[in-house]
Amino acid sequence: MRDGVGMTRETAIGLFLVAVLLAFPLVASAMGEPFYITLATRMAVLALAAVGLNVALGLGGLVSFGHAAFFGIGGYVAGILASHAFNQEPIFSTPFAFMGSDRMPVVWLFAMLVSALVALPIGAISLRTSGVYFIMITLAFAQMIYYFAMSWPAYGGEDGLSILSRNTFPGLNTANPLSLFAVCYGLLLVALLVFAVLRDSRFGAALLASRQNATRLAAVGIAPFPVRLAAFVISAAITGLAGALYADLNRFVSPSMLSWQMSGELIVLVILGGTGRLFGPVAGAMLFVMIEFVLGGITERWQFFLGLILLGVVLFARGGLVGVLAGKVRHG
Amino acid sequence: MAEPVLSIRDLRKTFGALKATDGVSLDLRPGEIHALIGPNGAGKSTLIHQIAGSLRPDSGSIRFLGQDVGELGVAARARMGLGRSFQISSLALEFSALRNVMLAVQSRQASSFRFLKGVMRDRSLIEPAMAALERTGLAPRAHVPAAELSHGERRQLEIAIALALGPKTFLLDEPMAGMGPEGSRALTAFLDGLRQEAPILLVEHDMDAVFALADRISVLVYGRIIASGTVDEIRSHPDVRRAYLGETA
Repeated sequence: MRDGVGMTRETAIGLFLVAVLLAFPLVASAMGEPFYITLATRMAVLALAAVGLNVALGLGGLVSFGHAAFFGIGGYVAGILASHAFNQEPIFSTPFAFMGSDRMPVVWLFAMLVSALVALPIGAISLRTSGVYFIMITLAFAQMIYYFAMSWPAYGGEDGLSILSRNTFPGLNTANPLSLFAVCYGLLLVALLVFAVLRDSRFGAALLASRQNATRLAAVGIAPFPVRLAAFVISAAITGLAGALYADLNRFVSPSMLSWQMSGELIVLVILGGTGRLFGPVAGAMLFVMIEFVLGGITERWQFFLGLILLGVVLFARGGLVGVLAGKVRHG
Repeated sequence: MAEPVLSIRDLRKTFGALKATDGVSLDLRPGEIHALIGPNGAGKSTLIHQIAGSLRPDSGSIRFLGQDVGELGVAARARMGLGRSFQISSLALEFSALRNVMLAVQSRQASSFRFLKGVMRDRSLIEPAMAALERTGLAPRAHVPAAELSHGERRQLEIAIALALGPKTFLLDEPMAGMGPEGSRALTAFLDGLRQEAPILLVEHDMDAVFALADRISVLVYGRIIASGTVDEIRSHPDVRRAYLGETA
C-alpha cells in the first residue's frame, strides 16, 4: 500500500545514518579518541530529544517552543534523584522515605513521568490556542519553569546542579564513555521504533490528519483536542527521557537546559533533519553537532553559519536533510 | 407521519445587527431529501454550521435522533451519525483518498486511541473504506493523494467519507458545486438512491438537481424560511418566485 520506492529509500537512508552514528564512536574508541565518543553520545541524546519533539511538531504540527521545559525537567529529575541518593537524604519522608535513585532505569521512569505530568496541564491550556499563540504560550510556560529553576536554591539555582557520580545501569559501567553511548543509542533506537509504530497506528492517522485538516477530522467524528493532547504528553515524555540522559552525559544540569535557546535548538534539529520524518531527528542532530564541532573549532560565530544553513533548508529544502535525500513523504 | 430524524425549532443567530438565522424551524424525515435553497447570503451556511455544531445558535433547539444536541461539539454530532460534506472540499490533502475514508471508518469504530497496529495492515479499516470508494466510483484513484485529485474527484471523496461514517443523516452542503453537467447528473442519480439509507438535508444551487431530487424544499431568505413544501408548491409560490427563482430563472 505504501509508495514502495520512496519508503525503501527513506528507510535505507535512515538505516545508513543510524549505522554511521554507531560506527563513529566505535572507530573513535579503537583509535583511542574518547572525545569523539562523547560527541556521538551527544548526537544520540539530542536526536532522542528531537524524536520526542517530532511527535508533536512533525506528526501533529504543534510548534512547541517550550520543549526545553521537558528536556530540562528530565535533566533535573536525573540530577535531583542522583544527588539525594548520593547524599543519602530522603526527597520526602512521608508516607515513606524516598531516597532518590542512582539507577538509570528508575531515573528514566521518573523523568518521563514528571515530564508527562507537567506536559498535561501545559498542553491542556496551550492546545486551546493555535498558530503563533500556541508558540507563545508554550514559550511562556517554559520560561516560568526556567525562572523557577533559577530561583530554587535547594538544587543549585542559577549555578546548576552537579551529578557527582554518573547514574548506573545494571551490567554496565556508565563511567565508560562507550557504555554510556550504548545506553543512549539503544534508547534512541527504541524511541525511533515507538515513533514509527505510533505514526502508522490509528492514533497516528488521527494525529497526522489533525495537522492537515482539523475541521475534516472533527467532521468524521474525531475530536482533535484529545489526540493532540496525548501527542503532546507522549512527546514531552520522550524529550524528558533525553534530558535525563543529557544530564548524565554532562554530569551536570543547569537552567540553561530549560532555556528558550534550548527549545529553539530542538526545533532547529527537527527542521534540519526533516519535520515529521522518522529519521529526521537523527539526521538533524548529527548535522547540528557536526556543524557545532567543526565550525565551532574554526570560529566562535559558528551559529551564524548554522543560521545560513537553516535558511537554506527552510527556503530550498522544506523536507530537511531526509527530504532532500529521500523525496516527499507519501502516506499510503 | 414518522418521527423526524432531525428537528430544528426556532433557531436564531445574529452577528451584530445581522440576523443570519431568524427563527428557523425545519424537519428532516426518514427517507426524504429535504432541499434548502436560497439566494447568496440567505444564511444557508450559517444554518449548516449550527446543525453540524461548529457554530452555536443564540437560541432555539436542534434535536437529532430524538436527542437535544445543542451542547455537543462537531465530533460528537458526527459520531452520532451526522455525515457532512463541505461546500468547499475539506480533506486531509497529504493522505490518499483511501486514507481519508479510513479516518471515517476508524471514527465509526470509535478507536482512535489505538497505538500499535498499523492502519495500512488493518483490513477492518481498509475494506469498508474501499467499499465506500467503490460506491462513489473513486476506487481506481484510492491511492492517489487527495491533493492530486481533480475537483470533481474531491467532491466524490467528500461523499465517500460521509458514506463511510454510516450516517443516520447526510448534511450535504452544495455537493454539486463546481462539477460539470455530467458529474452533476451522475451525482444526482447517486443521491437519489442514497435517501433510502439515510435522509439528506441538501443545500444546493443547482436547481435541476434540487427539483429532480427533493421531496420537500425550504426556501431561506434573509435568515427566514419564507416557504416550505413540495417541488410543485415551491415552483408556484409567488414569494419564492420573487425572492429567488426570479433572479435565476
